[in-house]
Amino acid sequence: MSRTDWEVVIGLEVHTQLNTRSKIFSGASTAFGAEPNAQACAVDIALPGVLPVLNRGAVERAIRFGLAIGAAVAPKSVFARKNYFYPDLPKGYQISQYELPVVVGGQITLMVPDGKGGHYEKVVNLTRAHLEEDAGKSLHEDFHGMTGIDLNRAGTPLLEIVSEPEMRSSSEAVAYAKALHALVRWIDICDGNMQEGSFRCDANVSVRPRGQTGFGTRREIKNLNSFRFLQQAIDYEAQWQIELIEDGGTVQQATVLFDPDSGETRAMRSKEDAHDYRYFPDPDLLPLVIDADWIARVKGEMPELPGALSARFQSEHGLSAYDAATLTASREVAQFYLDAVAAAGVANAKTCANWVMGELAARLNKAELDIGTSPVSAAQLAGLVARIADNTISNAIAKKIFEALWNKEGESADAIIEAQGLKQVTDTGAIEAIIDEVLAANQKSVDEYRAGKEKAFNALVGQCMKASRGKANPAQVNELLKKKLG
Amino acid sequence: MSLSLDEVRHIAKLARIELADGEAEATQSKLNGIFGLIEEMQAVNTDGVEPMSHPQELAQRLREDAVTESNRRNTFQNVAPQTEAGLYLVPKVIE
Repeated sequence: MSRTDWEVVIGLEVHTQLNTRSKIFSGASTAFGAEPNAQACAVDIALPGVLPVLNRGAVERAIRFGLAIGAAVAPKSVFARKNYFYPDLPKGYQISQYELPVVVGGQITLMVPDGKGGHYEKVVNLTRAHLEEDAGKSLHEDFHGMTGIDLNRAGTPLLEIVSEPEMRSSSEAVAYAKALHALVRWIDICDGNMQEGSFRCDANVSVRPRGQTGFGTRREIKNLNSFRFLQQAIDYEAQWQIELIEDGGTVQQATVLFDPDSGETRAMRSKEDAHDYRYFPDPDLLPLVIDADWIARVKGEMPELPGALSARFQSEHGLSAYDAATLTASREVAQFYLDAVAAAGVANAKTCANWVMGELAARLNKAELDIGTSPVSAAQLAGLVARIADNTISNAIAKKIFEALWNKEGESADAIIEAQGLKQVTDTGAIEAIIDEVLAANQKSVDEYRAGKEKAFNALVGQCMKASRGKANPAQVNELLKKKLG
Repeated sequence: MSLSLDEVRHIAKLARIELADGEAEATQSKLNGIFGLIEEMQAVNTDGVEPMSHPQELAQRLREDAVTESNRRNTFQNVAPQTEAGLYLVPKVIE
């Protein structure tokens, strides 16, 4: 069998639920978790004679998104009816946008793990983003052989964000989805809650021999609501398509579902019975006109975007692209880091970054806390970083102090250093005295070192640090020890 | 342009309309009559005219994002054929 080198081609369609108070075309509440149908008004359940009226808040969020990705916000866009029959869609059509969407183009820059511990940058172009309404929910548990319909979700505003088919691995697709997820929360248009379905991905996957310019036939994996499922589903689907083609088969266009239990994708409907949506402009809604003044006003209210902030962290703070991207993963993390740098000084930015991404992130993760509720404040962390910078404490002691701050054993790093006598020993005489003691007690290591065993040196450094209860300045210990051993 | 009998049956199926024997042919001729009208209109020269999605040259009015509807589930469900536990019940659907 000839071995072809296959390339995977992925495009994503992401449905983000906009965090408006009311629905896109009615004044019913969008709050999650209400009693079934308690938030389904006459418009949402499609009683005869009702008319949709567009929610300004939903449009404004679409504008915000368009500006955030550098896209064109359409001065005029049109709502269309997407026709299909399903009981959780009581009108018999979904109001969406088709030919003229509200957002056109734009791009997102992401950091993709390279599988070797590093990262590379990738720019993904977006095709469009359009406003539409969500459908209700069908409950298939047994109601005497019938299906239960809850229309609370019907009419919830969605922004469907469509990428170009530019991703070439499941890792790139996940990095894109994560970057998009971070962005919609950053600009506060979506709460990003994936369990509640606020952020759902459909993945279009095809394969082709590397070097081929045309695309293979794609299959669309529907409704992936976690990054892990997105990765698993794409990996399984791509492998399935490759094996099918290598066995002499051809991929048929289809919509498939991912089963998290088996880790497999299976066809839901083939192209033959694919929906024929018969889109046409909705006569109930006039064209949506967005003038330049409105766009300018929204632009004026936008927060500094993660891309711009990340560039600033690199140019002004001297951080690496990866560190800058990590610290701009959410507004809360970026703000914590900025507060720490403001207190510790830009000269200590890199040390602040290391602590926020390292010790703090690990500790928060372990305690399952958000940075917003961190027991160690940005000011406290900055105080700690300042004492590392001026050589009052070593890194090892700093970790102890961090732990003490976390456990509320003191108000500040300074207070803990004072109370626990953790000030670093930098007095040459005192360190020499410690070294002399250690050398006298560890003749074996001294002999080994002199016999050319480098490891013995590290053991002696360790003994000196231990004898000083971690307080000796490690650099000085190294230097003086080397001198003494001649 | 004219529709074949199969296309008429397909459209009826999409619209969930049942066509009895003979009705398909009658519908076909009615629909093709409409296509005739469209063809006449398409003969008009529309060069330089921007396509309209709505007959009125107006922009969509917007409402403020505020909850203005209260829970009227009981009123609405009074006219529903079957409900249970706050849900509307419909014949079983499994995709």
